[in-house]
Amino acid sequence: MKSLLFKTASDYLLPLLLLFSVFMLLRGHYEPGGGFVGGLMAAIAFLIHSFAHGLKETRNIIRINPGMLMPIGLLLTLLAGIAPWLIGQPFLTGLWFEEPFRFVGVVGTALLFDIGVYLVVIGATLTIMFSITETV
Amino acid sequence: MILAVLSGFIFAALVPFFSKFFKRTIPFVLCALPILLFIYFISFLNQIELGSYLMFSYSWVPSLGIDLDFRLDGLSILFALMITGIGSLVFLYTANYLKGHQYLDRFYGYLSMFMASMLGVVLSDNLMTMFVFWELTSISSFFLIGFNNEDAASRKSALTALGITGLGGLVLLAGIVILASVGNSYSFTELLGSSDVIKSSSSYHWIIGLVFVGAFTKSAQFPFHFWLPGAMKAPTPVSTYLHSATMVKAGIYLLARFTPLLGDTYWWNGTLVTIGAITMIYAAIHSLFRVDLKSILAYSTISALGILVFLIGIGTEKALLGAAIFILAHALYKAALFLITGIIDHETGSRDASKLAGLQKVMMPVAIAGFIAALSSAGVPLLIGFISKEVMYEATLQLGQWAIILTILIVLTKIFLFVAGFWAGIKPFTGPLPKEFQKAHLPSALLWVPPLLLSVLSVVFGVFPGLLEKSLIQSVFSSISGSATIIDLKLWHGFNTALMLSILTLVVGFAIYWFLQPSEKNFQKTIRFERISPEALTRDFGNIFSWFAGFWTRFFQNGYLRNYVITILAFLTFLMAYRIFIGVKIHIDWDQISTVTPSEIIVVTLMIISIFIAIFSKSRTTSIVALGVVGFANCLFFLFYSAPDLAMTQFSIDTLTVLLFMLILFRLPKNKTYSSKTIRIRDGVLSLIFGTLVAILVLEVFEYPSSTDISKFYADNAYVLAKGRNVVNIILVDYRASDTIVETVVLVIAAIGVYSLMKLDLNPIKKN
Repeated sequence: MKSLLFKTASDYLLPLLLLFSVFMLLRGHYEPGGGFVGGLMAAIAFLIHSFAHGLKETRNIIRINPGMLMPIGLLLTLLAGIAPWLIGQPFLTGLWFEEPFRFVGVVGTALLFDIGVYLVVIGATLTIMFSITETV
Repeated sequence: MILAVLSGFIFAALVPFFSKFFKRTIPFVLCALPILLFIYFISFLNQIELGSYLMFSYSWVPSLGIDLDFRLDGLSILFALMITGIGSLVFLYTANYLKGHQYLDRFYGYLSMFMASMLGVVLSDNLMTMFVFWELTSISSFFLIGFNNEDAASRKSALTALGITGLGGLVLLAGIVILASVGNSYSFTELLGSSDVIKSSSSYHWIIGLVFVGAFTKSAQFPFHFWLPGAMKAPTPVSTYLHSATMVKAGIYLLARFTPLLGDTYWWNGTLVTIGAITMIYAAIHSLFRVDLKSILAYSTISALGILVFLIGIGTEKALLGAAIFILAHALYKAALFLITGIIDHETGSRDASKLAGLQKVMMPVAIAGFIAALSSAGVPLLIGFISKEVMYEATLQLGQWAIILTILIVLTKIFLFVAGFWAGIKPFTGPLPKEFQKAHLPSALLWVPPLLLSVLSVVFGVFPGLLEKSLIQSVFSSISGSATIIDLKLWHGFNTALMLSILTLVVGFAIYWFLQPSEKNFQKTIRFERISPEALTRDFGNIFSWFAGFWTRFFQNGYLRNYVITILAFLTFLMAYRIFIGVKIHIDWDQISTVTPSEIIVVTLMIISIFIAIFSKSRTTSIVALGVVGFANCLFFLFYSAPDLAMTQFSIDTLTVLLFMLILFRLPKNKTYSSKTIRIRDGVLSLIFGTLVAILVLEVFEYPSSTDISKFYADNAYVLAKGRNVVNIILVDYRASDTIVETVVLVIAAIGVYSLMKLDLNPIKKN
């Protein structure tokens, strides 16, 4: 799409939407949001950018192959599950730091888990979308 | 303990990353693992006395009663020692056998994965955990059998093995679940206490039937035996490790393990004796008609497994003792024979028993190992095979009315196995050396030391049975039989019937060996019976099944998306219509339905208009955008009825869908042809009916009082247990986190699927 308006808008939309997606991810534990929705939004952000600037440009911005996000995400979710084993708790027990962190709030394995989901969703969505775009 | 069991998996996961840096040394680094584990298990030997055991518990899914509990008793330590001991030798052997192979690191990865799963099977106390490891052995053996993945026959054997053992695994799972529900626990140790309850319960026959199928498929019992000769396509170290010493004995392990729990009943003993007897005699006869050394060994292994099942089936103390010794004796000599066959194959390039001869002139140490292994297999005095054979004969002789027939069966089997063992271990080394093998020479010590070591052990244990008696066999015996009888292993049992039978076995066996040569002609004679063998029948069944599957798939999945949708809708409509037809009161409770607000009317109008636009528009883009509007309007409804999470997700999904459609449709040419009027009317009618039915369904939901317990529990405990206020998200990341993990995996699989469908180009014309 060769619309100048769309191109310019997408330049600003990408960081904004990405920021928003991280916000969604972080607030998920207390307010509506979460890793899944956050991941979808981040994917949409990149997708809009690729519409405006072409796929190559977007791939340059992401730098790594978005497919790689999937194993990383899966590993994080698994890590969140295995972590309790270290202190002798069953698989996937929620663990929490005592003190809340600034801006983020109380951090626990659930956050790690959600980040994993977030990455998998971005990776899977972008892989699907990009491979379709490239082939069609 | 948990580290000992899982270290193989950790190693397997690390190998691909490190193999690049230590290409040459990695086999030796990896060999350290089984050796260390072997020493680790040896150190427990003196702690396991008469019937006592050690427990190591780690919680895994305590809420379902599934934990990583490991039970170390005589039976499990015998297997653990065999797995790690023979494992060490096989690891060393492979370093030279597959030297310079492109995927050597991969092979070691699979091997250590297999070793870990096998350890898991024999050490797990929790039946569910054991089942998980059980399946892992099937999977890792699939990779090992199909290691030469460019060979079609190899791939086929791997699939057959996975198919048979996987199917058996599923059946076993059913057995375990029934067993656990009757005995009210997944823990073997706890179940042992309620043995009588289980034996007298009405599902007892189901339990043993299902467990039998699991054990028989794994241990290659008739009629499931045919995957094992096929699995010989694997590299020889695999055949040695999996298909003679360890994996195929997993079924035997299971039966031995369950003997004190389920055994000693009419059906248990009868079935095992029958199947064991058929297998041992059938496979022993088969082994005499083979020419390929590995085939001979494969059938003699099946026969030996049959003997074990037979002995466990007899179930007397003598028989169980015989099984305990024979497990070890067989592992020692059969692994040695397999390794020797590997060496012969490696050096001469031939495994043809009718041609090989005279190799002792060029590889003396291998020949010594072969001689001893063959003698042990034959049961010649001063070897451990002799002790096990004596005990077996004594066991069958004690049986009263059945003694004669069972003794004849076992003696016959032993005679045939004598010949098979001699063909594999002695024949290739004696006689004149043919010209074609003149160039063969003694391989590296890494290859011939392992079989020689195994053979020497056969002698050491044969001459000094006292070495094993108290330390190992006694505790193995007590954990299989559950009795506290003190056993006594002797070389000399005095002149008795068993000794006479032993001598008879040796004489007749040697006579057959002397007069019968392995030949291609004999092998051809068996071919004509091939049609009615279980293998052929299974293959026919498989062909019919795949033909039917192909027909079914072509009919329903013909590649037109619209047909898929129509099929699904028509089926659902039929189901719902049937349900409503057989009696649902259609009744609308106006009180429960909230008043309609103006904003809702606006949204609904919007939806209806966009639906009409979507249907009647001539441009694809317009239709897609209109559909998107329907979706977004739906989001508004979610918002009105306070489901912001749903609204957000639906919003993102709709955006993505519209974008995806645009991506593809943007590049398509303009619509030229439209579906005919009749088809459009048919589709419209079907959609209307479907919509109406769904509406009725939704209204019907109100009829049933909804249970608020669950949602109340989640809402109440979200903050207390999981420190969050967003219940939806808490369910996703905490309460039902394992579901989420599986869902993310599904998502990844879908992405990989789309990627490969899009990128894989099998069209050869296009490529050129």
